[in-house]
Amino acid sequence: MSAHPTTNRFIDNATEALADPQLQRAMTNVRSGFIDKRAAVAAKLPEFEALRDSARDIKNHALAHLDLYLERYEANVTAAGGHVHWARTAEEARKIILGICHEAGAKTVTKGKSMISEEIALNAALDAAGIVPVETDLGEYIIQLRDEAPSHIIAPAVHLNATQVESDFRRVHTHLDADRDLSEPVQLLTEARQVLRSKFLAADVGITGANFLVAETGSSIIVTNEGNGDLTQTLPKTHIVIASLEKIVPTLEDVSQILRVLARSATGQEMSVYTTFSTGPRRATDLDGPENYHVVILDNGRSSMLGTAFQDMLRCIRCGACMNHCPVYHAVGGHAYGWVYPGPMGAVLTPTLLGVDKAGHLPNASTFCGRCESVCPVRIPLPKMMRHWREHEFERHLSPATMRSGIKFWAFFAKRPALYRFATNLMMNVMGWMGRDTGRFTSLPLASGWTDYRDFPAPQGGTFQSRYQAQRQSTPNNGRAA
Amino acid sequence: MSAREEILSTIRRSLGVTGQEKPRLDTVTERLANAPRGLTVARGQLPHEGQVALFKEQAEATLSSVVDVASYQDVPAAVADYLRQNNLPAQLRIGSDPRMADLDWGKTAIELSHGPSDGNDLAGLNHAFAGVAETGTLVMTASADNPTTINFLPDHALVVVSAKDITGDYETMWSNLRAQYGKGQMPRVVNWVTGPSRSGDIEQVILLGAHGPRRVHIMVVKD
Repeated sequence: MSAHPTTNRFIDNATEALADPQLQRAMTNVRSGFIDKRAAVAAKLPEFEALRDSARDIKNHALAHLDLYLERYEANVTAAGGHVHWARTAEEARKIILGICHEAGAKTVTKGKSMISEEIALNAALDAAGIVPVETDLGEYIIQLRDEAPSHIIAPAVHLNATQVESDFRRVHTHLDADRDLSEPVQLLTEARQVLRSKFLAADVGITGANFLVAETGSSIIVTNEGNGDLTQTLPKTHIVIASLEKIVPTLEDVSQILRVLARSATGQEMSVYTTFSTGPRRATDLDGPENYHVVILDNGRSSMLGTAFQDMLRCIRCGACMNHCPVYHAVGGHAYGWVYPGPMGAVLTPTLLGVDKAGHLPNASTFCGRCESVCPVRIPLPKMMRHWREHEFERHLSPATMRSGIKFWAFFAKRPALYRFATNLMMNVMGWMGRDTGRFTSLPLASGWTDYRDFPAPQGGTFQSRYQAQRQSTPNNGRAA
Repeated sequence: MSAREEILSTIRRSLGVTGQEKPRLDTVTERLANAPRGLTVARGQLPHEGQVALFKEQAEATLSSVVDVASYQDVPAAVADYLRQNNLPAQLRIGSDPRMADLDWGKTAIELSHGPSDGNDLAGLNHAFAGVAETGTLVMTASADNPTTINFLPDHALVVVSAKDITGDYETMWSNLRAQYGKGQMPRVVNWVTGPSRSGDIEQVILLGAHGPRRVHIMVVKD
């Protein structure tokens, strides 16, 4: 799916998603789970808000010195016996990884969860080269069986219900007893553990992503709860890390600050179960671990985001809090966004990676409620950047003609305040009179986008401006609350 | 131009720098040399006894089990207790860490296997480099003494941590690690382990025992 984005079909995707009962049932798990857990764990740590500032500052510092930290990082990986490869594009990254796999004589490759792997559509490339990729994160394994893309950056199968997983396991795991009981989620987990254990032991190459790259030591870091990433990188002879270049942090102390807000923001845990710092291949005296250690650093347009209005997006540590708290994401799920990155962070990042002409709808999928920014552990001003994209889209005449003429129509009045006040007052009175019996409209001309899904309330009382004016005059202190 | 040069030069052009500016170079060199600790989290800033107690409390909160062991000589008996209580065979995979391999295991009925795990062990024992009180996190370092596979493949991960190696926060642990391995030097792998393996990938319900150990049992050896 990642190779063929459907970002420009967002409106159709969203409409379908709203009518999908399985999806709507599964999405209640997002609405109820993540939000409460994050709030509870943040409340337990008095320094949580200050740590968010600290995490933001560290990432800003790293981005401002990115060239120098990347050079130090590379030197330290090399000193530890590892290899660093640089990829400008997704295609270059795929080529490098296939080259390493061929050199290792790889037939099967196990994979830890990596969004960069999704971004570069690595599995399709491995398949095409006759190498079998095996996703090992439970959620990724499930969606690989279904030939789907992840619908969430940390919970890839969050759009599914247990009964759907059960039928996939029965369809694929045909070597197991057909009458086995899979009615409990724990039975599904146990079955996946058994099936994947043999794959871990048989793989020739293990590919993981990286949550962070530490310049000081040349270490790559993965954070997981399952331990699949560790088995992926420990058991095969070759470990390949694929990471985008903004994952760099200066020191172990810096990454420790950020780790304190990562799991809390993501899953509501104080710390994820496994945080693994890997530095180079197996040492002379080691008895296990990979003999070859490669890091592929991917740019794919990120270096050009520096120094622009979108630089702050490179602070993102991929916790998923923005989508967990997004009413649009809750309503339509991750697949509607049509590519690898959903939710608010996807609405900002996807247009930079695919182009605003292909993904211009995504920044429009926001109510600007601001919850994403209020929970972002590195304080990325996501709504502001979505507004930037809307401006770009408008300036480049990419938005639909009806929207453009609507905005122009509104602008005509907005630039003439007296006319605006007169016209809105008139509309209020006319609509108030027309809707005086029911108090609502079930259809309105030019507003079917609203009234198809819910009634439009009939206006009551004066306009906002007239009421604001009245309040200013009747209270001291210019109408501001004391 | 190679991909490396082109990426670095795009970064420099975007940032409006050449990469040769002395103040930038000095800033980076100083940051890497000094590794400032950043914001201190008050939770772990306790007398050492309090840190040990907090470590145990936090580890239990992440569903590890924790017992106190008076001295290293008592470790074999504590392991035997755990295996018996969990109806496990008296078999144990360990590395060559002298703090554990040299103990008198003959007093127990436990049959030891040495070296890395091949995935067929029910129980394995490693020695932690440290424990971090703040979140009840074990810090494991890879070596022949404590092979990484023992942390991940057996169903039951048994871990010895010396009480004196328990720190209040991650930063103090990193200082201790640098003191032992050298500045900028890392063991091949440092594993932070905070509880048994788990997954919430099916309907967001947390289930233990995804791919790694189903149980983590920590033995805190007093000084």
